[in-house]
Amino acid sequence: MSESENASGKMQVSDDVTIELRGVHKWYGQFHVLKDINLNVHRGERIVICGPSGSGKSTMIRCINRLEEHQQGRIIVDGTELTDDVKHIDQVRREVGMVFQHFNLFPHLTVLENCCLAPIWVRKMPRREAEAAAMKYLEKVKIPEQAKKYPGQLSGGQQQRVAIARSLCMNPNIMLFDEPTSALDPEMIKEVLDTMIELAESGMTMLCVTHEMGFAKTVANRVIFMDGGEIIEENEPNEFFNNPRSDRTKLFLSQILQH
Amino acid sequence: MTEHTPHPDLAPPASAVGFVGWLRSNLFSSPWNTVLSLFSIYILYLAIPPIISWAFLESTWIGDTREACADTAGACWVFVKVRMDQFMYGFYPESEYWRINLAFGLLIVLGIPLFIKRFQHKGKLAAFILVFYPIIAFQLFSGGNFGLEHVETSRWGGLSLTLVLAGVGIVASLPLGVVLALGRRSQMPIVKSVCVVFIEFWRGVPLITVLFMSSVMLPLFLPEGTNFDKLLRAMIGIALFQSAYMAEVVRGGLAAIPKGQYEAAEALGLSYWKSMGLIILPQALKLVIPGIVNTFIALFKDTTLVLIIGLFDLLAIIQQAFADPDWLGFSIEGYVFAASIFWIFCFGMSRYSMALEKKLHTGHAR
Ligand SMILES: Nc1ncnc2c1ncn2[C@@H]1O[C@H](COP(=O)(O)OP(=O)(O)OP(=O)(O)O)[C@@H](O)[C@H]1O
Ligand SMILES: [Mg+2]
Repeated sequence: MSESENASGKMQVSDDVTIELRGVHKWYGQFHVLKDINLNVHRGERIVICGPSGSGKSTMIRCINRLEEHQQGRIIVDGTELTDDVKHIDQVRREVGMVFQHFNLFPHLTVLENCCLAPIWVRKMPRREAEAAAMKYLEKVKIPEQAKKYPGQLSGGQQQRVAIARSLCMNPNIMLFDEPTSALDPEMIKEVLDTMIELAESGMTMLCVTHEMGFAKTVANRVIFMDGGEIIEENEPNEFFNNPRSDRTKLFLSQILQH
Repeated sequence: MTEHTPHPDLAPPASAVGFVGWLRSNLFSSPWNTVLSLFSIYILYLAIPPIISWAFLESTWIGDTREACADTAGACWVFVKVRMDQFMYGFYPESEYWRINLAFGLLIVLGIPLFIKRFQHKGKLAAFILVFYPIIAFQLFSGGNFGLEHVETSRWGGLSLTLVLAGVGIVASLPLGVVLALGRRSQMPIVKSVCVVFIEFWRGVPLITVLFMSSVMLPLFLPEGTNFDKLLRAMIGIALFQSAYMAEVVRGGLAAIPKGQYEAAEALGLSYWKSMGLIILPQALKLVIPGIVNTFIALFKDTTLVLIIGLFDLLAIIQQAFADPDWLGFSIEGYVFAASIFWIFCFGMSRYSMALEKKLHTGHAR
């Protein structure tokens, strides 16, 4: 994708903040995983998060849909603050889709049933309507012909695209991706990234933990580098890759760009 | 250079296919294997012919008195034949047998559509059977309404009582076990400890004790005059006892479901009960079908213990028939008959579970 397309993508970003993390801390027992995380994500913004293993990337994005609980600070998603209140949590989860490294499709349900389940049981959508919507998204991720198969019968790349479609069926405003391509064989990475790029072009707010630097350069508005539970550096992709400010960022980039 | 002419496909060597091939690769593939095979064949040769000759060739089927068997070397099935009604229905009045037949016939008729592939409303039918069938069956068995003569539970017996005990035990212990298993994995400390204590208590005591306590001790604690049916107490005892085992089987299944499944369900906004009911339990129960059926089979056979509290299940009523002065000395026939009936039901459950596992298999697990 060329520079200008990327620039036009950036114009869709609006001023209103859709995710706000303020002074977020988290501990696992004695272990301080997240240290004073401050982050504002604007509607339509695409953010790529990278950093060495164990730096807290997964933990941070999993706090956004409360798969992990933070212990200090505030997280506000689409105007709803995440507290112990189950109603707030449900509210946020309905607006936030998530794609996992290991797909986490439901193996006992067909692809179509995987996609329809949440719309039917959470959004109370009539089955017929839910199936029609699911087929639309399966077409979007280019596997409508697999609808009647079980996840175990698909390749990794196909499964991950089903997982993306399943999240989209809930019509989320925000999508979280936690290393969506790192469990895939190289030849399947591209098909998933293409799907994600298409999604980015449609104006979805996205937070992706990924080491696919090509993807970061093409679609991200901002790249965030984390290490030791802190946000060390954040910048727009060109600056981030060409002029990293911190030494730790430089070290990390030199390591991953070698490959 | 010669021209290449392809050979026609050769048939595989005779020694690799057919019966001989099968024998060769399965029974006589190595010297040790051959020794084992020959030894097993010898044992079978020793055991099978006498059994067949006792049970069939030299046995007596015709007649209805002891004299019919006077000069047979084999089994006297006449004993089982003349007692058959009692073995099936216990001391239930003979004129009312049709009620029991109707109750079981109804269950079979209602159940058949569940096994027909094209039948659409399986869920609704199953719910109907679970909710209404017990009421209908109880009315038929017990009577007292609709002009049916009342038959006390103490007169129920034989195979029909065994099936009632096992049926109630199975239907009650599975859901109870699921709830206990979920409770044991709960984050809520009180729920969790209640479930742990319950499970460990019931697993720690022998079923005989449970039945004995329910029939002898419980009435001592209950206020005088409360009459709490003995059969009902036995059923409750069996259901609670087996539910503790079931809970542990189901817990094993729950623990085997990857964390990602819970997370994906949560991330989609499914509530706890919905994610359990739609995502986790269907997978967990499928994983532990062998364990569940194992518990069912154990439960089915454990119903024979009710004889110690004076209920006449199939085994008890057969044993009771040995005491008949007219038919002394036919206990082998009686026990063989009891064993065959139990075997048929247990083997049936086992085969059904295998078929179910195969049917529910949806490709390799990720
Ligand atoms: N449930 C847990 N209990 C205790 N420690 C945990 C738990 N989950 C994660 N951690 C620790 O928290 C730290 C951050 O984990 P996290 O999964 O967020 O890292 P990450 O940046 O996503 O790493 P990776 O690139 O390997 O996925 C790690 O050191 C990890 O060992
Ligand atoms: Mg991670």
